[in-house]
Amino acid sequence: MAQTVAHRGPDEMGLYADGEIGLGHRRLSIVGLADGQQPMHSADGNFVLSFNGEIFNYVELRADLVARGHRFRTGSDTEVLLKLFELKGEAALDRLNGDFAFAIYDRHNRRLTLARDRIGVRPLFYTWRGDTLVFASEVKALLEVPGVHAEMDAEALDQIFTLWAPIAPQTAFEGIFELPPAHVMTVENGGATSRAWWSLDFPDLGEADTRSEADIADELLALLDDATRIRLRADVPVGAYLSGGLDSSIVSALAARQIGNRLRTFSVTFDSAEHDESQFQAEMVRALGTEHTSIATSGADIARVFPDLVRHTERPILRTAPAPLQRLSAHVRNAGYKVVLTGEGSDEIFAGYDIFREARVRRFVARQPGSRLRPHLFRRLYHYLPGIQSQSAEYLAAFFGAGADRLDDPLFSHRPRFRATAQTKLFYSEELRARLKGYDATETLASRLPERFAKWHPLHQAQYLETTFLLPGYILSSQGDRVSMANAVEGRFPFLDHRLVEFAARIPTEMKLKGLDEKHILKRAAEGLVPASIAGRSKQPYRAPDSESFREAGYVDDILSPRAVADSGLFNPEAVAKLARKARATTMTGFRDNAAFVGILSTQLWQRQFATKTKSLTSNAA
Amino acid sequence: MQNTASDIRTFIIENFLFGDTSQDLGDDVSLIEADLVDSTGILELVAFVETTYGVAIADADIVPANFDSIGRIAAFVAAKTQATEAA
Repeated sequence: MAQTVAHRGPDEMGLYADGEIGLGHRRLSIVGLADGQQPMHSADGNFVLSFNGEIFNYVELRADLVARGHRFRTGSDTEVLLKLFELKGEAALDRLNGDFAFAIYDRHNRRLTLARDRIGVRPLFYTWRGDTLVFASEVKALLEVPGVHAEMDAEALDQIFTLWAPIAPQTAFEGIFELPPAHVMTVENGGATSRAWWSLDFPDLGEADTRSEADIADELLALLDDATRIRLRADVPVGAYLSGGLDSSIVSALAARQIGNRLRTFSVTFDSAEHDESQFQAEMVRALGTEHTSIATSGADIARVFPDLVRHTERPILRTAPAPLQRLSAHVRNAGYKVVLTGEGSDEIFAGYDIFREARVRRFVARQPGSRLRPHLFRRLYHYLPGIQSQSAEYLAAFFGAGADRLDDPLFSHRPRFRATAQTKLFYSEELRARLKGYDATETLASRLPERFAKWHPLHQAQYLETTFLLPGYILSSQGDRVSMANAVEGRFPFLDHRLVEFAARIPTEMKLKGLDEKHILKRAAEGLVPASIAGRSKQPYRAPDSESFREAGYVDDILSPRAVADSGLFNPEAVAKLARKARATTMTGFRDNAAFVGILSTQLWQRQFATKTKSLTSNAA
Repeated sequence: MQNTASDIRTFIIENFLFGDTSQDLGDDVSLIEADLVDSTGILELVAFVETTYGVAIADADIVPANFDSIGRIAAFVAAKTQATEAA
């Protein structure tokens, strides 16, 4: 099992076996290079820990424990986690500032505890073989266990083809689950229980906050500065991604200020002008004086890496955007780095995504349904999409009108996106439709929302969906952990320090999204830190060329052939053949066609790489 | 006009439904409400009408009143063709 995830930890391997339990560990050595081997045993030998990730505040936790008379044998964060758990049990989780997934075994009580960090940076999957629990950082390790098979979970596939990600604990693999973010699972006496040990909360609608914008901006910057500082802790050099956008620029600026030496930065560039941000990257490099390299990515590069990408994402994906990031992590690793800071998380906690602005405009338009002026605001939002710029007010109102009659819908903010994505279901096979029996992924998502959700401001509701569902479900997994750890590179995310996440949740909505000015308070906090041209530039979401990347890819004809598609049993072979022809003949610019093409291609690749029973859904439906 | 409606129906089935004929594509069905066209789809539809019927379509004409159902598109094409012939 451990060997299958050697890419995550190429430096060392450790095993522990004790009758009823076995723990394996692959190590990426970052802290305590010489003495942080795992699985690690407590001094009295009772506790055994296998841990992926980092405890960034281990220095403070250790100093506190030493002051209380405890002693340490190593300089690692692993031993601090072990000691803290030994002393406090699950209550230790509240004291941790870090990104982690770990398993700790209490030999005396024969109790296994599995836990995952608050946001879901580090992954943890599990399944049952009879009454035996098996778990790992990636599903491919579980598939090594005799009797564990890879079969597509029809509901999870439908969740991906509607919501972009499976809803935890479901995964693309039937019968294989992930421990959701901020959850702890206890296994003892032949059974298992799990619970959330942390949850994201927002103030009730109308709850007043009297702090001034200046005070909030000051506190924000102080917190972000400290979050960056503790994420520079490593016994190896730490680099940073520089996308050319505001968030990675701020993180790089703070890191450059702190490390003293010249910061090493990395970026992706594209040969297509609509995706490329190299001009802004160059500007930040000049401003910070970093030692910078970039990796150019073409459509052909994306197509080349795509099959291996699916092996790492372990699920169908609707966009190619993770592919350049997998190439980037290889570039970072080749440069001798295994830790990078990135700007991930800022768009969720400070309301940077277009979807937040779009929801606000949709509410504004819905208040005056006949207005010919209000719909023009959609053009301002999507300045980078030519198809939107040429539309009339009537069409703009109609395209963004989904759900406009249900302003109290908990999924209001995301309804047009979910509805547009769900158009990809057009390609489902009859067998898959029969298996799903009218299943609605949006209902499942809505049913998982907490009771207090209804009391929050609409912007906070939208932020909750992004932060607790799409961030761990797509951004941090398919576009984060899986593609960086594919090349043994650890991503660290200062914006996702829980102190900052909790602080940002309480910032008044109008300071986050001021009118249509996204991340307003962050821009204010970063004044003087990044050039005005970076702080003031219009938001450009990170995207990569989709279906057009595969024009020359030889494997596409084979993987999307009517026979291969019929064998998988998931899609309609004739419809897929027409889509493939359209993709070859024209540059498809529409979201639906591109999402369908990339989604179907990745599903077919998933089937080929993982599935052992290719007609499983057909036989299940029969 | 019936031929025009039939051509447009075939175009929609082939380009937006990829051959799926199970959906109701009556003359009055709203293409937006049925999720058949998005912002890109409407431009594909306009390009199809322009090249197939040789009519020039101004930006101001690209509104749901002219393009949101097969019946409306057929009527719009008929009016445009008539105007061109009369000129």
